[in-house]
Amino acid sequence: MVLSASDKTNVKGIFAKIGGQADDYGAETLERMFATYPQTKTYFPHFDMSRGSAQIKAHGKKVAGALIEAVNHIDDIAGALSKLSDLHAQKLRVDPVNFKLLGQCFLVVVAIHNAAALTPEVHASLDKFLCAVGNVLTAKYR
Amino acid sequence: MVHWTAEEKQLISSVWSKVNVEECGAEALARLLIVYPWTQRFFSSFGNLSSPTAIAGNPKVRAHGKKVLTSFGEAIKNLDNIKATYTKLSELHCEKLHVDPENFRLLGDILIIVLAAHFTREFTPACQFAWQKLVSVVAHALARKYH
Repeated sequence: MVLSASDKTNVKGIFAKIGGQADDYGAETLERMFATYPQTKTYFPHFDMSRGSAQIKAHGKKVAGALIEAVNHIDDIAGALSKLSDLHAQKLRVDPVNFKLLGQCFLVVVAIHNAAALTPEVHASLDKFLCAVGNVLTAKYR
Repeated sequence: MVHWTAEEKQLISSVWSKVNVEECGAEALARLLIVYPWTQRFFSSFGNLSSPTAIAGNPKVRAHGKKVLTSFGEAIKNLDNIKATYTKLSELHCEKLHVDPENFRLLGDILIIVLAAHFTREFTPACQFAWQKLVSVVAHALARKYH
């Protein structure tokens, strides 16, 4: 799966629209992921899962930051996220299936806050991009 | 048998009561074919699926999307017996249509996104949970008679 030129344009475009709200999107994505797919909470047994939790906000900001980094280096996502990839492979070892769940929730959040911008074409590109990020983060698992 | 809490049932029906089945069904199926183009393999008789614009405007896609979502409505009317509701459809999808059940999961995910775009903030995390559960149960029921 390769990101075409128009995929890259679409992804950069939607992230430009998201702008400074990316951190909030990250937090809401996690909140929805924990609510919709409770098994994802098993990776965060130490987290305060209540609404507005500082830990979820902080972690959402980290996740958003990584996505933005990937967007800013969209021609070399593997290079941009290499350290994160190492971290997930050696330390975190989050089962690969969960990246799909996170991606789904991010799409839901974008749909809620930017319905008009999430055209079918942008939806397709963003889905591909999120898959690509997930693939990079699990690439060194074995 | 799947257990639904009163809250889950309420969240499902309150969203469903406001859904335009024809529009939502058409949107969901079109997006499935656009976002996951390999799903077009089942629709070679549908004519022009050559671009997102062609897919979104294709009358056969619209009609079939409406048909699929109308069938979803049957599950919602029979939340306590979805398995029985889909027995025949499950056999059909296996024996005649030869559809990989993974496609039911893909369509379910797309439907959630379409609902989120339509209902925005009203589509709360609790709502997303209830609907995710519903689409999973429907996908499971449709796969149940596969052999």
